[in-house]
Amino acid sequence: MKIDLNYIYLVLAMGLVTYLPRMLPATLLSKQKIPEVFVKFLSFVPTAVLSALLFPGVLTVENKLNIGISNPLFVAAVLTFPLAYKTKNMFATVLLGMGIVILHNIFV
Amino acid sequence: MQCKKDEMVFGIKRAMPIVMGYIPVGFALGVMAADAGLSPLQMGLMSLLVYAGSAQFIAVDLLGSGVSAVPIIITTFLVNLRHFLFSASLAPHFRQIKQSFIPIISFFLTDESFAVSITDAEERPLTHVYYFSLYITAYSSWVFSTIIGAALGNLIPDTKALGFDFALPGMFLALLCMQLKNAKFVLIALISGFLSIFFMYTIPGNWNVILATIIAAMIGVFISHEN
Repeated sequence: MKIDLNYIYLVLAMGLVTYLPRMLPATLLSKQKIPEVFVKFLSFVPTAVLSALLFPGVLTVENKLNIGISNPLFVAAVLTFPLAYKTKNMFATVLLGMGIVILHNIFV
Repeated sequence: MQCKKDEMVFGIKRAMPIVMGYIPVGFALGVMAADAGLSPLQMGLMSLLVYAGSAQFIAVDLLGSGVSAVPIIITTFLVNLRHFLFSASLAPHFRQIKQSFIPIISFFLTDESFAVSITDAEERPLTHVYYFSLYITAYSSWVFSTIIGAALGNLIPDTKALGFDFALPGMFLALLCMQLKNAKFVLIALISGFLSIFFMYTIPGNWNVILATIIAAMIGVFISHEN
């Protein structure tokens, strides 16, 4: 199979511009003391990122806001929330939610 | 030795929900890439070198519509800029591992691998064995599923009916629950979630996650100072 050289340059460049923001902060900051206020800021990043990823994923369907029973992922998220909150178990949450989505696809 | 093996098994186990989420999404990307005229080899090369879901979807879409290289590279950079936040957040936890591993390990940072590893790192100190096991398991599943998707094209069954599209949201939900230590974090989660949806509709170009995160985390800093 032949691969066009231009394509290789393209993906190399895409890889580089993706790699630098991934690598530089970890490499530079792991060696030095981080200012207190920035540590505080970073302590909220996981919560904020997870929420920023989760909400559009389960509250929209094909880019349209859908907070209702017709949205399988919303229903699954609401119903698995007590389990997720109580057990903090990713796998159980995912499996229960997938089961709910399957049932939703069949019955709703 | 036992300890190393345990860390490896733990890392691989923690990667499983990511794998379940990546496989159907990787298939979908591969199918789209085949439609856009990319070979499985070209698809695989992109996944190997870039390894970033949403950016790859956008890139394949742009390639399919004949957009030239420079706009594709700039878009990739902008869409993936949010990783610098992940990288900075993991930096304090990387102090315990060998410095020369950090540039290698950080190559594998994605939304999902970051979310799992930061949660685990906040629980207890982790070794490079854990990071490599978690990250490479997730990475391999992504690379292979995109290649298979591109090779098999429309022979891939519809995974939506099987509920796989809940794998990543379900994982994010469980991980988010682990972060909600007190009311302050619940508030930040709500602010960030709704801001993310708001920016999705108001600002074009996939800026919603990074903007919502920065603003919500800054609000977190302010309300912490109030007390």
